[in-house]
Amino acid sequence: MYVAVKGGERAIDNAHAWLAEERRGSPDIAELTVPQIREQLALAVNRVMAEGSLFDPDLAALAIKQARGDLIEAIFLIRAYRTTLPRLGVSTPVDTGEMACDRRISATFKDVPGGQVLGPTFDYTHRLLDFKLAAEGETPTAPQAPAQGEPTPRVTDYLNRDGLIQPEPASDTTPPDLTREPMEFPANRALRLQSLTRGDEGFVLGMAYSTQRGYARNHPFVGELRIGTVPVEMDVPELGFAVGIGEITLTECESVNQFTGSKTEPPQFTRGYGLVFGQSERKAISMALVDRALRWKELGEDNVGAPAQDAEFVLSHADNIQASGFLEHIKLPHYVDFQSELELIRRIRAEAQAAQAQEAAE
Amino acid sequence: MTDKNQAMTDTHYNFAYLDEQTKRMIRRALLKGLAIPGYQVPFASREMPMPYGWGTGGVQVSAAVLTPEDRMKVIDQGADDTTNAVSIRKFFERTAGVDTTERTAEATVIQTRHRIPETELTEDQILVYQVPIPEPLRFLEPRETETRKMHALEEYGLMHVKLYEDIARHGNIATAYAYPVKVEGRYVMDPSPIPKFDNPKMEMAAIQLFGAGREQRIYAVPPYTRVVSLDFEDYPFEPSKADHACDLCGAQNSYLDEVIVDDAGGRMFVCSDTDFCTTRRDGGHVGRLGAPGTEDAA
Repeated sequence: MYVAVKGGERAIDNAHAWLAEERRGSPDIAELTVPQIREQLALAVNRVMAEGSLFDPDLAALAIKQARGDLIEAIFLIRAYRTTLPRLGVSTPVDTGEMACDRRISATFKDVPGGQVLGPTFDYTHRLLDFKLAAEGETPTAPQAPAQGEPTPRVTDYLNRDGLIQPEPASDTTPPDLTREPMEFPANRALRLQSLTRGDEGFVLGMAYSTQRGYARNHPFVGELRIGTVPVEMDVPELGFAVGIGEITLTECESVNQFTGSKTEPPQFTRGYGLVFGQSERKAISMALVDRALRWKELGEDNVGAPAQDAEFVLSHADNIQASGFLEHIKLPHYVDFQSELELIRRIRAEAQAAQAQEAAE
Repeated sequence: MTDKNQAMTDTHYNFAYLDEQTKRMIRRALLKGLAIPGYQVPFASREMPMPYGWGTGGVQVSAAVLTPEDRMKVIDQGADDTTNAVSIRKFFERTAGVDTTERTAEATVIQTRHRIPETELTEDQILVYQVPIPEPLRFLEPRETETRKMHALEEYGLMHVKLYEDIARHGNIATAYAYPVKVEGRYVMDPSPIPKFDNPKMEMAAIQLFGAGREQRIYAVPPYTRVVSLDFEDYPFEPSKADHACDLCGAQNSYLDEVIVDDAGGRMFVCSDTDFCTTRRDGGHVGRLGAPGTEDAA
C-alpha cells in the first residue's frame, strides 16, 4: 500500500543529530580542540585557508573539526562564511621580496645570495612510519640560528638583469575580483591566477603533471620557492599612509621555463607563477606550471590542444566547491525527470516493437 | 573566537541572509534579465551555506526578491515535503522570518526545482526556478565563449539539427525534460529540468525568474511572454505524461509520479504536485485507490 512520503523535516533533524554524534566519535576518547588542529594539522589548515580564500588559521581549524576532517567540506564552510563578511577595504599588494623566509630554495643555481634554506620540509625524510609518534608525549626541539636581517633577493632578478628572462610588464590596473564578479572568458592572467590559487590542489596538480608528461610540455625549473611571512598593509585615508594590519604566511613559486623563441618573442627564459596561502608548496609549484601553460597565446606559442592550455577548461573545473556540489547533487531526487524519461523510452520501444511486428506480419 | 562565534548566529545575518549590496547586484541582473527575456545575464554568484547543485541560484534570486510581507512556498519535484524543499523553506524561515505555505494559491514567491505547479499562477506571484545548466546549447557546444557567440548571432541551427537527428534515429525528439524553448521569438532558453509536460505553462501571468548559482547566470521571462517549445511542422511538440489518472485524486490532467508499491510489479500513479492533489481530495475528488480528504492515503 502506498504511504505518502512525509516526514522529510524529521528525517533531516535526525540525520543531523546522528552526524553530530559521529563527528564526536567515541566519548571515551578526549575531544580534539581547535588549537590542537591549528598547531598539529597545520598543513591541512593551510590547504583549507588557501582553497577557502580566507587567511584565518583558527576558523580553518574549526572548519576541519566540524567537517570531520573532510577538507573539501571544511573549505566549503570557510567559503560560505567568508562570502558574508563585509569588504572593509583592500590591502596594498604584499611584497614577497620582503618575506621573512622559513624556507627558500632554488633549483636553478647551486648557491644564491641569501642562501638555500631547507626549512621544515618533508623532502629528504625517509617515509617510514614513525611508531614513536603513536606513543604520545614527544616534544622535539630543533637547533636554532639567528634570522637573516636582510631581505632575500629574488633569483629571477639575476636572470632579469641579463635580459635572459622575459620581463613582466608592470601594471597599476586594478585586477578583476573573482569573488565579486562572475568569471569571464577570455580571462586575463590576474583572473587566471586568482582562480588557480583557490583551485583544488589535486586538480591543479594533475593539470601541472600532464604538462610534464608531454601535454603542452614547458620545460620548467623551480627558479625559486620561498615560504615565509609577509606583512599586510592597508592605506588608511584618514592617516594618508599605509599601516600594518597583520602578517600572513605565503608560499611563492617562480618557475623558469626553457623557451626557444616564437614568432613574436626572442629566445629567452619564461616564467610561471604560483602564490598560495600558508605552507602549500605542492600547490604553488603546480600553479606555476599551469600558469605557464596557459600563457601560450601571449608568448606566441602554438596551441597544441592540450588540456592545460585551455583556459576555459582549466578554470571552469578547478573549483572543488563548484565541482563537488554539482557532482553530489545527483543524489537529490530526480524522479520527475526520470518519470518523463521512462515514458519516452516506453513510447519509443512500443513504436519500435509495433514496427517489427508489422514487418514480421508482412 | 567569541565574537566570531557570535557572528554565526542567525540574528547577525541580514534579512534573507544576503547583504544588501549583493541583493542589489542580483536585482540589477534580474531587471536586465526581464528586459531581455531569455538572455542569460552573468552575475557574481555567492557561495551559499548549501552546496552548489542544491539550488543556490534559486535561493539567491529568492533572497533578492523577498520582502518581509511575502509568503513563500518551496517545492522540489512538485512536492513541498521533499527533503531539499524542506531544507530551503527552513532556511528562509530562519534567515528571513517570512511566512511559508504549501498552498500554491496563497504563496507570493514560489521557489521550485523541476516542476511548475498545476494551479495556474497569477500576476501577484513570482516563480523562481533552480537551474543546474542554464545554457541550452551546452551539450552541443561545451565552450561558453562559443555559445555566447551563437546566441548573439541567433545561430540556433545546431539545435534544430540535433532535434532532427533525434527524429531520424528514434522517430521522436528524444528530450523528455529541460526541453528547449524560444522566448519571444529571440533567445533559445533552457526551461530548467522541468518535464516537457510543463513547457506550455510557461506562458503565464506570473514573473518567472531563473537562477543558476554555480554557473553564475540569471535569466527571466516576464508575464505573458511568448514561450515556444522548439519543434517541426510535421513533428509538433507534444507535452506528455503517464497515460493514467491520479490514483489518489482522480485528476486526468496533472503530471504523475509512478510509485512502485510491491515487489510483484504493482504500481500506482499519483500527482507530483502534492498541494494540487491534497486540494482536490479535500474538495471531494477520489481516485482509484484514494480516500477523500485524508492525509495518509489507504
